[in-house]
Amino acid sequence: MNLSGFGGFVARRVVGAIVTLFAISVIIYVVFYVAPGNVAQITCGPRCSPAQVHQVAEQLRLDDPLYLRYWHFLEGIFVGQDYSTGTSVQHCSAPCLGLSYQTDQQVTELILAKLPVTGSLALGAMVLWLLIGVGTGVLSAWRRGRPTERVLTGLTLAGTATPVFVIGLILMIVVCGQLELLPFPQYVPFADDPEQWAWNLLLPWLSLALIESAKYARLTRASMLETLAEDHVRTFRAYGVGERSIIGRHALRGAVAPLIALNATDFGSMFGGAVLTETLFGLPGLGHELVEAVKVVDLPVVVGMVLVTGFFVVIANAVADVLYAVADRRVVLV
Amino acid sequence: MSLEKHSNETQADRSQDAALVEVDDLTVAFGSLRAVDGLSFRLAKGAALGLVGESGSGKSTVASALLGLHRGTGAEVGGTIRVAGTDVQAASEAELRGLRGAKAAMVFQDPLSSLDPYYAVGDQIAEVYRVHTKASRRAARARAVDVLDRVGIPDAVRRSRSRPHEFSGGMRQRALIAMALACEPELLIADEPTTALDVTVQAQILDLLHTLREETGMGLLLVTHDVGVAAESVDDVLVMRHGRAVEHGPVAAVLGAPGQAYTRELLAAVPRVEARRVPADASGSADVVLEASGLRREFGRGKRAFAAVDDVSLTVRRGETLGIVGESGSGKTTLGRMLVGLLEPTAGEVRYEGRLRSGVGPAVQMVFQDPVSSLNPRRSVGESIADPLRARGERDEGRVRERVGELLGRVGLDPAHFDRYPHEFSGGQRQRVGIARALAAEPHVIVCDEPVSALDVTTQAQVVALLGELQRELGLALVFVAHDLAVVRQVSDRVAVMRRGRIVESGPADEVYDNPQNPYTRQLLAAVPALDPEIAAWRRAVRRELTPA
Repeated sequence: MNLSGFGGFVARRVVGAIVTLFAISVIIYVVFYVAPGNVAQITCGPRCSPAQVHQVAEQLRLDDPLYLRYWHFLEGIFVGQDYSTGTSVQHCSAPCLGLSYQTDQQVTELILAKLPVTGSLALGAMVLWLLIGVGTGVLSAWRRGRPTERVLTGLTLAGTATPVFVIGLILMIVVCGQLELLPFPQYVPFADDPEQWAWNLLLPWLSLALIESAKYARLTRASMLETLAEDHVRTFRAYGVGERSIIGRHALRGAVAPLIALNATDFGSMFGGAVLTETLFGLPGLGHELVEAVKVVDLPVVVGMVLVTGFFVVIANAVADVLYAVADRRVVLV
Repeated sequence: MSLEKHSNETQADRSQDAALVEVDDLTVAFGSLRAVDGLSFRLAKGAALGLVGESGSGKSTVASALLGLHRGTGAEVGGTIRVAGTDVQAASEAELRGLRGAKAAMVFQDPLSSLDPYYAVGDQIAEVYRVHTKASRRAARARAVDVLDRVGIPDAVRRSRSRPHEFSGGMRQRALIAMALACEPELLIADEPTTALDVTVQAQILDLLHTLREETGMGLLLVTHDVGVAAESVDDVLVMRHGRAVEHGPVAAVLGAPGQAYTRELLAAVPRVEARRVPADASGSADVVLEASGLRREFGRGKRAFAAVDDVSLTVRRGETLGIVGESGSGKTTLGRMLVGLLEPTAGEVRYEGRLRSGVGPAVQMVFQDPVSSLNPRRSVGESIADPLRARGERDEGRVRERVGELLGRVGLDPAHFDRYPHEFSGGQRQRVGIARALAAEPHVIVCDEPVSALDVTTQAQVVALLGELQRELGLALVFVAHDLAVVRQVSDRVAVMRRGRIVESGPADEVYDNPQNPYTRQLLAAVPALDPEIAAWRRAVRRELTPA
């Protein structure tokens, strides 16, 4: 492979990701801030007098034209901002996503505080869903046409059809309630106690992984069966290569590229999409926080959260594109 | 490096009197279909046998059966097969794996899809070598480089690290042959090893197989639809039809004096590059109907831009056939499409009866290569043929049906087949439908892009005859684009030879074929497989001279 071509490809992907992020920020900003409703009134609360509402509106610069407000928002992200909160002035250093309307807390700090929880959840779940999903897929491709495959196919279908809160609830009732094998999950930071961190997250990981792994099992099985029907597999059979090598070396290799693509998007969207799991297990992560913010129309928090989620999805996709190209050298780099 | 056999004692004991391959009353059935029906043959050590037949004759099924590849696919295999001392029917899975690749190795038709796209070519060969020997990774990798070098891959150390898509078609086929050589097998089974290749590359691969056989003494079972390829490469030939042996004997006898009617029919259908065309009545007209000048067509942009056709000028006269011949990538299809108006030229112009043309019109029509994909599978063939009629404004359904019926009859199909769908027809019949569709617009010129290359020789001969008939009756001018030099000679009054987007030589067909001026034309003609083993040997000698050592 041409290395300079590959470097250029990576550079183009990075530029593409930045442009996409910029576009996302514009759309999100406009959609949320143009939404109907008097933001100042909501922020101030129902008992505020018109004068107080007006003061809030001024603090929030709600009377400025939209493009100017967006400009300030961008400025905050790249150089930081000063906010006057009535009497005092708070400096919010870059990257600043604004202040919460409700608590005056900096959105960036809020997100940074919740990020490890969601990150732990996503990372652990990903490892498990890859292990369970790819393992199941390989097994059903190997045992194709036999009872094992039929049972596994049934199970993955059930997995796809079951909502995460059903599995999570059942796991929690059985494992924590009936068998008392694990404590009811409660987030313990990794830095405090790695062992407790893992034990407490095991159930959320499992619930997420069981649901997600169904997709991976189906994808792995489908790609492997496709590869097994290809001519080059016939070649290696005709040269006396055993079934184990054919499955493990040749058939599985064909599934790697599509698995990377799927996994990257799934992992990225975990940062905004694990709302149900976080809520069910009471984990104070990004999804949980987002739901709380939406309830009280805390727009800076909502916008910040959605942007960060978008950030992870875009980055994950860019990484996936690059990994895909590495995994399948035939991909034409454009 | 050495490829000589290190025969151990047991092998020597066994092989004293036993044949390399013994097939007795072999039957292979897929459900109710008997692909192979009571076939028996022997192949002596070091001998070469060609299995020749048209598609569906069961020849490839036999090749797979020799390695027990039908096991586990649901096919029913009967009779006995012994290959290099192994009873394939009775062998255990482990014994079969020991046979495959080590004692008998197979080379497949499509060299691109027959190698794993994800691994380096050298690693794939090393993997096969390690299955059959206890060699270390390193030794296996070195062995891979050895055999790649042996089959003529230049710079084998570096190229062994390339993946298959980085190889050309001919190099991939060489790599597959290298894989086959890795374990020094006693038998090489080659299933249509050159069908996907250009004629000059085909000649190189056949020459390579010939040399390897001389040097290693391995036996060869060559499966091919091309009688010429068999004549070039084997001692004995077995002609198959409907899963049975039609005729079996030495090449010179079977091809020189065939005893069976089917063999004679098959040989008669094979176009010969030596044979002059029976003079066509319509040739000699002076009116130019189609004229192209300075045609150029580029694809891609910027650094990737390349000219598929570059500065091509030609004329087509009323009622004549202009043959355009060239290897893959020579730009012949692009040229054909520009003549019809399916592609706009980047530069140059196409004139029809003196008027500048742009876009597709009824006067110049096209017949496509692949009769399967050029007909819409969801529409009846009648509807497909009716399209050009409707496009010209015919609204009367009765007249449309009547005209389509006429056209179907004209190309030798039943007019009542209007409502049938493409999948209900054979390949040759579908190509007839394609011709009827081209005729519907009442054209004066038809550009045929590889119209017979997807067809068996006997069907091919029928379609070529039909085109000739239509030409004489309707006074059509034909532009016949093809890679097969013999077919082009059969049909053409004049010929243009293309290479890398340019016409390197053109003129009356007999002049170009009998007295080629351009070195590339000479190289092409020397590469055509000959039916006569003596001519084949002579051409092989010519090729050795033409290729710089």
